[in-house]
Amino acid sequence: MKTVLRSVVAIVCVLFCIVGFTGHGVAADNVLKMATTTSTDNTGLLDYLAPVFQADIGIELQWVAIGTGKALALGKNCDVDVLLVHAPSAEKVYVEKGYGTDRRELMFNDFVFIGPPSDPAGIKGQTVIDALATIISKKAPFASRGDNSGTHKKEIGLWKTAGIAIPDKDAWYIQTGQGMLNTINIAAERDAYTMTDRGTFIKYESNWKGTPPLVILVEGDSSLRNQYSAMAVNPERCSNVKYDLAKNFIGWMASDKAQKLIGDFRLMGKQLFTPNAK
Amino acid sequence: MDYLAGGFLKAVYLLISGDPETYTAVFTTLKVSSLSITASMVIGIPLGFLLGYYEFPGKRQVRAIVDTLLALPTVVVGLFVYAFISRRGPCGELALLFTIPGIAAAQTILVTPIIVSLTATAIESLDRRLKTTLLTLGARGKQIIITNLVEARYAVLVAAITGYGRAISEVGISMMIGGNIKWHTRTITTAIALETGKGEFAVGMALGIVLLSIALAVNGMLIFLRRRS
Repeated sequence: MKTVLRSVVAIVCVLFCIVGFTGHGVAADNVLKMATTTSTDNTGLLDYLAPVFQADIGIELQWVAIGTGKALALGKNCDVDVLLVHAPSAEKVYVEKGYGTDRRELMFNDFVFIGPPSDPAGIKGQTVIDALATIISKKAPFASRGDNSGTHKKEIGLWKTAGIAIPDKDAWYIQTGQGMLNTINIAAERDAYTMTDRGTFIKYESNWKGTPPLVILVEGDSSLRNQYSAMAVNPERCSNVKYDLAKNFIGWMASDKAQKLIGDFRLMGKQLFTPNAK
Repeated sequence: MDYLAGGFLKAVYLLISGDPETYTAVFTTLKVSSLSITASMVIGIPLGFLLGYYEFPGKRQVRAIVDTLLALPTVVVGLFVYAFISRRGPCGELALLFTIPGIAAAQTILVTPIIVSLTATAIESLDRRLKTTLLTLGARGKQIIITNLVEARYAVLVAAITGYGRAISEVGISMMIGGNIKWHTRTITTAIALETGKGEFAVGMALGIVLLSIALAVNGMLIFLRRRS
């Protein structure tokens, strides 16, 4: 029994060494790990930019698309090197607390309210505040991201501006806890309203070949602006992060070439993001 | 219903045309599950042998624990392994989060109890006279272990195949530890979850077909081996 036990322990040790070793092998020097919001991934923007970035700078970009709240948390845990997110006020606090550094604004689009074309609650053309008040008074189904993402933070901010308590437990307020495109799909299945960034909505439209089951009802309000920024995870807190690569990436994203690529990224002839790096 | 048929046709097209995205997910799944099943067998077969062959105090309790672990929820394994291999965690230095070895390590925890339990059962169900026969023939140590395992080989293979089935079909660990990174840690199951959520059924269906084929092949082997043993 002892010999068996001893050999098992030995084998397990060897195995862990191998796994640990290959783990180091995978984390190669030219791989940059990024946590990002779902919209940059769902729309295909990153699939479009990453190969050009690799060809230009020789750095391979790997990303997890999970929403801004979780992305910021991953940075705080030192599990990624760089962040591409869209919650400016949360980002500023994040930098102040020393979790992130080198924050740079890169591009923007805007949020829109979408819903069934029949618009059962009648929010079409209203201001954001009125639309929210209408939705709550009619108890019209509304799908919320509910995942602490940038879009979710924005939505919470809008409820606050409207002076309405978030209908957390109401059955018509659907908190999906999922990415943007998933949430739009859930809204469509439930004939619900939802708020999305315009980029993801255009992607959704193009998935449906231009005839989506949900359409834009409220747009153009100045409070609906959606700013995207990149940030490096602070190397002073996280000694293991690849700060140089992260800085390279942020610089490249702000370069004239990448900014033009972002402006040229279109689906169904529509521009998804407007570059605005300074 | 059109989109279902359309999705199916596109799925077949994706498979025949060798769509790189689809096949990368397939190969990632095979890579991860092969790694984890190998590790699980290396750890699990000897432990299973110990548990099945020897009598020791507390054996029943150990057995009960191992059998409980058969129902280990993948998200719980994911949670614990994530906490351990996050940079903040005790094993953060290994840099395993969002890598294939990371998923494999977590799947190993999931699959090992299956191998241990089924191997133990296989050894227990061998003829009790085998032990005395081997002893009277002068077999010692290693010889006894090897002869026992050879006698129980089909049942041990069944354990391995069952474990493999668990590894290829789980989604919780792959999603939490792997992060569903395109071209790197996106497996068949995480890709299906992603594509369904995005409303793009064709890719999901193509991958579903592959996963079912793998499961079918694996189960085919299982049935074949059951018949032989």
